[in-house]
Amino acid sequence: MTQSPDTPAESGKPQEAADAFLAGSSLRHAPGPYFGAFGGRWMPESLIAALDELEDTFEKAKADPEFIAQVAELNKNYSGRPSLLTEAKRFSQHAGGARIFLKREDLNHTGSHKINNVLGQALLAQRMGKTRIIAETGAGQHGVASATAAALLGMECVVYMGAEDTRRQALNVARMELLGATVVPVTAGSQTLKDAINEALRDWVANVHNTHYLLGTAAGAHPFPALVRYFHEVIGEEARAQILDQTGRLPDAVCACIGGGSNAIGIFHGFLDDRNVALYGFEAGGDGVDTGRHAATITLGRPGVLHGARSYLMQDEDGQTIESHSISAGLDYPGVGPEHSYLADIGRATYEPVTDTEAMDAFRLLCRTEGIIPAIESSHALAGALRVGKRLTEGKDNPQDVIIVVNLSGRGDKDVATAAEWFGLLPQESPEAGIGSEGEQL
Amino acid sequence: MNNTATASKSAAAIDRALAEGRTALVGYLPAGYPDVQTTIDAAVALAENGTDVIEIGIPYSDPVMDGSVIQAATVQALKDGFRVSQVFDIVAGITARCDAAVLVMTYWNPVMRMGVDEFSRRLAEAGGAGLITPDLIPDEAAEWFEASDKYGLDRVFLVAPSSSPARMAMTVKASRGFVYAVSIMGVTGARENVSSAAERVVQAAHEAGAERVCVGLGVSNAEHVREIGAYAEGAIVGTALVAELGHSGVEALGKLAARLSEGTARA
Repeated sequence: MTQSPDTPAESGKPQEAADAFLAGSSLRHAPGPYFGAFGGRWMPESLIAALDELEDTFEKAKADPEFIAQVAELNKNYSGRPSLLTEAKRFSQHAGGARIFLKREDLNHTGSHKINNVLGQALLAQRMGKTRIIAETGAGQHGVASATAAALLGMECVVYMGAEDTRRQALNVARMELLGATVVPVTAGSQTLKDAINEALRDWVANVHNTHYLLGTAAGAHPFPALVRYFHEVIGEEARAQILDQTGRLPDAVCACIGGGSNAIGIFHGFLDDRNVALYGFEAGGDGVDTGRHAATITLGRPGVLHGARSYLMQDEDGQTIESHSISAGLDYPGVGPEHSYLADIGRATYEPVTDTEAMDAFRLLCRTEGIIPAIESSHALAGALRVGKRLTEGKDNPQDVIIVVNLSGRGDKDVATAAEWFGLLPQESPEAGIGSEGEQL
Repeated sequence: MNNTATASKSAAAIDRALAEGRTALVGYLPAGYPDVQTTIDAAVALAENGTDVIEIGIPYSDPVMDGSVIQAATVQALKDGFRVSQVFDIVAGITARCDAAVLVMTYWNPVMRMGVDEFSRRLAEAGGAGLITPDLIPDEAAEWFEASDKYGLDRVFLVAPSSSPARMAMTVKASRGFVYAVSIMGVTGARENVSSAAERVVQAAHEAGAERVCVGLGVSNAEHVREIGAYAEGAIVGTALVAELGHSGVEALGKLAARLSEGTARA
């Protein structure tokens, strides 16, 4: 069987794609709907027309210099891009001496990489003549980013959030409302992120004539995985140029955390065709992958369909979705973007779990060695980088020759309450005691 | 619609109703709500009171096309320990006691998890007519085409007010038994009026070659059924039945079906 050399990602078989990659073709050409055996559109017919419209608008926008300039202008003058690449010299001492560089998405406006995607999608929504955006959110970061984009562009915004999460993240609910959004607590199902997505999809079916569903991660039905990735590719492109500028060479490894996988696919794409750069995705191991309380979807899941895409999925013997668990609400999702499933299957990226404890240790270490409070999500990538650093420097005379780039996808201001409780920093009688586990009292 | 030569159980049931001068009545019940035996008894009560086609829904953790009433019922069934393989016991239990065509309505992941071929084989063995697939579009259905042909099962795909002419034609061609016309852009739930979009969707499906089109979403009383009968071959009632079964039990459900079937007489 012959295969077009430049389209390995459209192949139906992982092995063929892997062979094509090894033969020198680009993995960056991955427009969807399929990434090997993953992706697609497992969606109600009612929404297919909207997905077609979005795909069409996106394809035209990508080729339109005016749109590209609009995104670039907002990235520069609103979000604050390019984000810095900071060498973490004192933190690196705990990674076997490997040099660790942090891609500072935490410094973006709204405090995480999420802004890249919401600005791009909100502009697409405007191009489609839609006046209302809806979004799902777990901890609230994507909800806050969506509310921000809606305020900036003068659009109505409704954010679906699990009722349990609205209680745990009352301050983020207040933030979204300050920005003019309406937050709808979702009481269906498990009342968490996946149920918020279900409810947003139900809203979208009913209001698709004037509403864009601003999905927050590189998952879901085509074109969302390719579209969300497109707006985050800037992370990897900047990081690649910056590391070349600062060290004169490419890194040995790139590390990122994975929930749905948007920050990871964004940074990975810049290095996807650099075959000597190892790519690592760190999933939420929760209490440990043998406890059943985790969100290690690729590590332990099996292929299935959820929220519109075929991908690895945490599911039981009946195909019912299993609840995920993580200290990090942003990683607490039982699915994962289809391109990650594909990269795992062809062996281009490696996915490993990081437990709550490992992540929180790395969280504190970064605070104390670099003066940077990371998001707990990003702390999974930091913990993974420590692990990879030790592995790659083992037995090496010059460990400082090992270079690792970590995507510091968000800042930890939102996580101070959880961290303070985790580390026992709050006096028992203080008004904040119990805030991490029991929620904020406003 | 292709393969009309294949013995389609749901097409036969709809044709039987039409031959008697009735609009086909299609009734939905969630499997295992409130328990397996009651689902069987309730379905038989529907059949005995003028329902031609029974839809048994598999409770699923993430039912994005369902409104609050059906969600509550399926969540309850899952809490009470419903297992997917019990749907075959339910289908066999119903087909043993009445001659209504019995379709299973399911989100796709449970089928994929069991294996499309295995699921299809067991459904056919239980006497099932086929599947209604709310989140499977023909574009992704290669495995289902193969298995449904192998086991002689109906493929009921959905068409919507938003379906383009090209998608309408493709979906009608892919379907067997009947085409499920979604009356409104929305999720399941009883509504005061049947949307005027329904008639346009049915007309488009007919123009694309569909011989049997049934209308669902928001259909809850005999007047709705009568209205739909003016332009479609069947009317699908779900939420109203589930609510009645939940509140008042099997006997009351049978009475509601009888009242609904009063709307089936065709002018």
